[in-house]
Amino acid sequence: MFNARTLFLSLLTLTAVEAQAHRAWIQPALTVLSGEKAVVSFDAAVSNTIFIADHAALRSNGLNVTAPDGSVREVENLHTGKNRTVFDVTLDQQGTYRIGMASSGLSARWETEDGKRAFWPPRGEKADPAEFSKKVPADAKNLSVSYNSRRMETFVTAGVPTDGIFTPSNKGLEMIPVTHPNDLFAGEAATLRFLMDGEAVEGVEVTLIREGTRYRNSEDAIELHTNKQGEVVINWQGAGRYFVEASYRDNKAQAPATQRSGGYTAVLEVLPD
Amino acid sequence: MTIFRQTALAALVVAAATQAQAADLTLDIQLPELAVAEYHKPYVAAWLENGNNEVVAQLTVWYDVDKRNDAGKKWLKDMRQWWRRGGRSLELPADGISGATQGPGDYQLTYSLDKGPLANLPEGDYRVRVEAAREVGGRELINLPFHWPTSEKTIVSEAGSSELGKLRLTIQP
Repeated sequence: MFNARTLFLSLLTLTAVEAQAHRAWIQPALTVLSGEKAVVSFDAAVSNTIFIADHAALRSNGLNVTAPDGSVREVENLHTGKNRTVFDVTLDQQGTYRIGMASSGLSARWETEDGKRAFWPPRGEKADPAEFSKKVPADAKNLSVSYNSRRMETFVTAGVPTDGIFTPSNKGLEMIPVTHPNDLFAGEAATLRFLMDGEAVEGVEVTLIREGTRYRNSEDAIELHTNKQGEVVINWQGAGRYFVEASYRDNKAQAPATQRSGGYTAVLEVLPD
Repeated sequence: MTIFRQTALAALVVAAATQAQAADLTLDIQLPELAVAEYHKPYVAAWLENGNNEVVAQLTVWYDVDKRNDAGKKWLKDMRQWWRRGGRSLELPADGISGATQGPGDYQLTYSLDKGPLANLPEGDYRVRVEAAREVGGRELINLPFHWPTSEKTIVSEAGSSELGKLRLTIQP
C-alpha cells in the first residue's frame, strides 16, 4: 500500500514536471467555418512533437468554450485516450469562439530551519489557497512567493469574425489580438498584444513554431519580444497551424507574492493567400 | 414635315445617346474538364476590388444551392479569399448574385456599368477576382486588372492552370 502510494505520487510529480518540458496544445480541425451549425473537431495533447500525439492526453479539467455572446459552455463528445483527448464544438452562433483553459494560483519555496528546500503546494499536490497562510511560514529563510498563471487556447469562427470573446479578464498573461486570429494569411503580417493582469507589458517572450516539425530537422521558431505597447508583429513562415508560446515574469506582484509569472499557449491557423 | 423630321432626329439622338451610355462589364469564365476519379462541380465566385484591395461589388457565387438544410454552404469558406472579402457577410442565397454550380463549359456574365453597384465607379485601378474551389480538389484564384474609366473597349485575358480555364474580362465603355 505504502509502495503503491509512493509510486502514484512520483508518477504525478513526473507528469507535472514533464508537462512543463513538453508542449500542450488544443488543435482545431478547422478554424474558419461557413454554413449553419458547423461542428468542429479538436485534438488536445501534451506532446514532444508539435501536433503529434506522442506523449500524453491533455487532461480536460477546466476545459471550456466561450461562445461569441460570452456565454461559457462545455465541449461535446469528450473522450480522453492514452495519448490524445478529442472533442467537438457545435457553432450554433455566428462569430468567434474561444476553446481553452486557464488557471492561476500562488506557489512558494523556502529553506527550512534544517537547511532543506520546502515547497508549497507540495510537489504533485493541488494548491488550496486557504491553506497558504497556515502552511507557508511568513518569516522563512529565502522565502519566495510567486503568483503563477497559465492559459491555453485556440479560436474558431463561424461566418464573420467577432471580438466579443477578447474582453480581457485582467488575470494573468492574456493575448488580445490586433489582427483577428481567424483572419490570418501567410502573406500578411499579424499583430498580437499581450497583457499581464490587464496591462500591456514589454518584454513578453513569444515563440511561434509552424506545424510539421516532424518532417524537418530544425524547429525554425520565430522568436519575438513584445514592445512597450505589449505587441509583437509576426511575419509568418508560410501557411499552416502554428504553436504559439509566450511567457512573462516580473516582481510587480500583489502581496503575499513577490513575483508573478504568466504562461500562455495557443494554436493559430494561417491560410495560404 | 418639318416637325416630323425634328422628332425623328430627336429620337435618333436619344437612341445614340442610350447606346453610348450602355457601358458593360462582361466576364467569360471557362471551367475545364478534369480527368479525376471523383469530380464535383466547383464552387466559383467573382468580385470586384479597387486599387486599395477593397471590395466594390460581389459579382457572382456558384454553390450547391439545392442541398437540404442549406448544407451546401459548408464549403463556401473553401473559396478562402472570397470568404473573407465579403462572402462571409453575404446573406445567401442573394438575388442576382448566387446561383447553382456548373460543370465544365463556357459561361458568360454581363453587368451594367451604368446602374446598380457598378454605376459611378470612381476613377482608378480595379481588378475582377475569380476564385474556384472544388470538393476533393484544388483551389485557384485569378485576377483580371483594368482601369476605369476607359474611352475604348478593354479586354483582359488570363488563363487558370488547374481549376479555372480561360478567363476574359471585357469592358465596354
